[in-house]
Amino acid sequence: MTTSPALEARGLYKVFGKNARHVVERLRAGESRADVSDQGTAAVIDASFSVQKGEIFVIMGLSGSGKSTIIRMLNGLYEATAGSVTVSGESVTDTTPTKLRELRRDRVSMVFQHFALLPHRSVADNVAYPLQLRGVPRAERLAKAEEILALVGLEGWGDKLPSALSGGMQQRVGIARALAADPDVLLMDEAFSALDPLIRREMQEQLLDLQQKLQKTIVFITHDLNEAMLLGDRIAVMRDGRIVQIGTPEDILTDPANDYVEQFVQDVDRARVLTAANVMERARAVVPENAGPRTALRQMRDAYSAAAYVVGRDRTLLGVVSDRDAIKLVRAGENSIASVIKRVPQSVREDEVLINLFVPAVESPLPLAVVDDRGRLTGVIPRVTLLAALGPGPGATGEITIPVLPVPGAEIDEVLAQLPHDEARSSDTEEVV
Amino acid sequence: MDFRIPLGEWVETAVDWLRDNLSGLFDVITVVVRFLVDGLTDILLAVPVPAMILIFALIGWLVRSWQMAVGTAVAFLLIVAMGLWVATMQTLSLVLVATVVALAIAIPLGIWSARNDTVRAILKPVLDFMQTMPAFVYLIPAITFFSIGVVPGLVATVIFALPPGVRLTELGIRGVDSETVEAGQAFGATPSQILRGIQLPLATPTIMAGVNQVIMLALSMAVLAGIVGADGLGKIVVQSVSTVNLALGVEAGLGVVIIAVYLDRVTAALGNPADYRSSLLGVLARRRSARSATPEQPSNEDSQNHARAEDLRPAGSR
Repeated sequence: MTTSPALEARGLYKVFGKNARHVVERLRAGESRADVSDQGTAAVIDASFSVQKGEIFVIMGLSGSGKSTIIRMLNGLYEATAGSVTVSGESVTDTTPTKLRELRRDRVSMVFQHFALLPHRSVADNVAYPLQLRGVPRAERLAKAEEILALVGLEGWGDKLPSALSGGMQQRVGIARALAADPDVLLMDEAFSALDPLIRREMQEQLLDLQQKLQKTIVFITHDLNEAMLLGDRIAVMRDGRIVQIGTPEDILTDPANDYVEQFVQDVDRARVLTAANVMERARAVVPENAGPRTALRQMRDAYSAAAYVVGRDRTLLGVVSDRDAIKLVRAGENSIASVIKRVPQSVREDEVLINLFVPAVESPLPLAVVDDRGRLTGVIPRVTLLAALGPGPGATGEITIPVLPVPGAEIDEVLAQLPHDEARSSDTEEVV
Repeated sequence: MDFRIPLGEWVETAVDWLRDNLSGLFDVITVVVRFLVDGLTDILLAVPVPAMILIFALIGWLVRSWQMAVGTAVAFLLIVAMGLWVATMQTLSLVLVATVVALAIAIPLGIWSARNDTVRAILKPVLDFMQTMPAFVYLIPAITFFSIGVVPGLVATVIFALPPGVRLTELGIRGVDSETVEAGQAFGATPSQILRGIQLPLATPTIMAGVNQVIMLALSMAVLAGIVGADGLGKIVVQSVSTVNLALGVEAGLGVVIIAVYLDRVTAALGNPADYRSSLLGVLARRRSARSATPEQPSNEDSQNHARAEDLRPAGSR
């Protein structure tokens, strides 16, 4: 049972026009949306996707891309011209009006762009509306409404009229109303698009909080890519009625399916979507903990770095050694770097989003160390990489200029050339310049 | 070239045929209308005049303001002073009955045409015809069917006053925000639940504007009804015209104006109660909701739209 999707759409078409079925045949035969425009408007063309339980599935596209039409087919507000929709195993496309109403009462609810509250009824009565349609007694449904209002942070507002509330609060009422009937699936049609940017951000975060608690299956429509990237577990990008790509936010951003998606993702706030793992590169100045100072110095010289990360046998990040300390060790004739290993000032986890890396990157004298959940060094992020990752275009990570000026190579060579009699006894004996 | 289509004659033949074959129906209508109009007139006249004026004033205060109440009292006293009280009450009852009958037909028709494009397409030219045909013309077949008196006057009034009621009801319902209607559908409401719980409440201001128009048209037609012998201010106006009696004409005309303004203000206020916060009803509602909000535990039961919220019964009760 756990594997069956909460919501599934198969080969959905929606054509507005007199001879819709025929238009679908023509589209199936390979004609384009423009080809068939003489017979009807193809709003949605061959859309298939499935949404897992507890997932936030975002459908994103510009106006006219068919996203609002799709969401209305998911609960049968629009009848699909062809194709099928099932919600929790029940068909939406092939059913009776009575069964469809039952499905809407019990399984699928909806949040609207302009809230669509009933202006003549109090906030509590609005929230209780789905329960009222189900025939729940008044006292019981108002108690439930009060409970849900508290959940969305509106306790005590129940007896106000919606017009007394701000836009953000009205949409919280809209969300509360959608949650009142405890549905499996929540359809959100541009739910935050009518709100001010600051309020919108707040609502997005509240939705994520709620989702953490409630684990609903959510289909969210938006034209705002940042919103899609923030909320979506997976995103479907639509264009001209077709779904052009479905994938995780990272997939869409780093591996756009075509030029359209690529152009679209140009404006996205990449810092909030990409994670450390997406942009990190192979750490080059890395030495094992049992290495000698000469090895470390050579590593640093080759990597043009002022310091090197020190890792254990299993690549666990142990610390950092600087070129100046290593030089002192070589001069002092030490053959272990153990005494000068310093604590790593800053390291970040692989799944951290870029926006949280800036301060650590500034504070870190070395390219920022990235570790996995077992503390192993998996890569580094030089500041320049961090900057380049914010630019448009996939993988803007070329060669790196050096964040901290290292000791000039000549000086290192000079040090390495000195005290040749130590060389014989030390463990790192391979070669001398 | 002597080319003529005898359209008028055809209609006359049809009307005669109807008169001969449906006389039973017309008799029933006659009895019912007489009963309603005369009954209402009797009631209005049975109440002592000062008490009646007080009631009119109180209604004005209830829906609008105390200023309206004072104005109403003064205006109706003027009617009494002009010696037109009985005629005014006769006209008022004719207008009220005509309005009720017209609305009983117009609102359902308006709802139907809002939900069905075919009905709308058929109704539109019919309504155009009804509205533009000179009102006098209705009086002729009305007399044929109902002879003279109040009944043909009322029938002609109803026909003439009907169209704005249908039009504004349809406009109101079609004008309800489509997303709000979708919300009803999305939460599984039946079409009749959507109509009663969403469309009609939200269309109320527009529908009330329609009611207002119906009353105004009914009033203008009620004067013409005087021509076919309906008692009231209209009859006096017709009299004064035929005898070129300016004094009488002005007085009777003023009576019509007073009723018109009074009914207009009352129905306009009914359509937008929120705009008249100083009305007695508004003050009472605020006081009630203030009282229910003061106890610690806020009770939602008593919000001002309690009554309206209640009439949207759940599906189970159907």
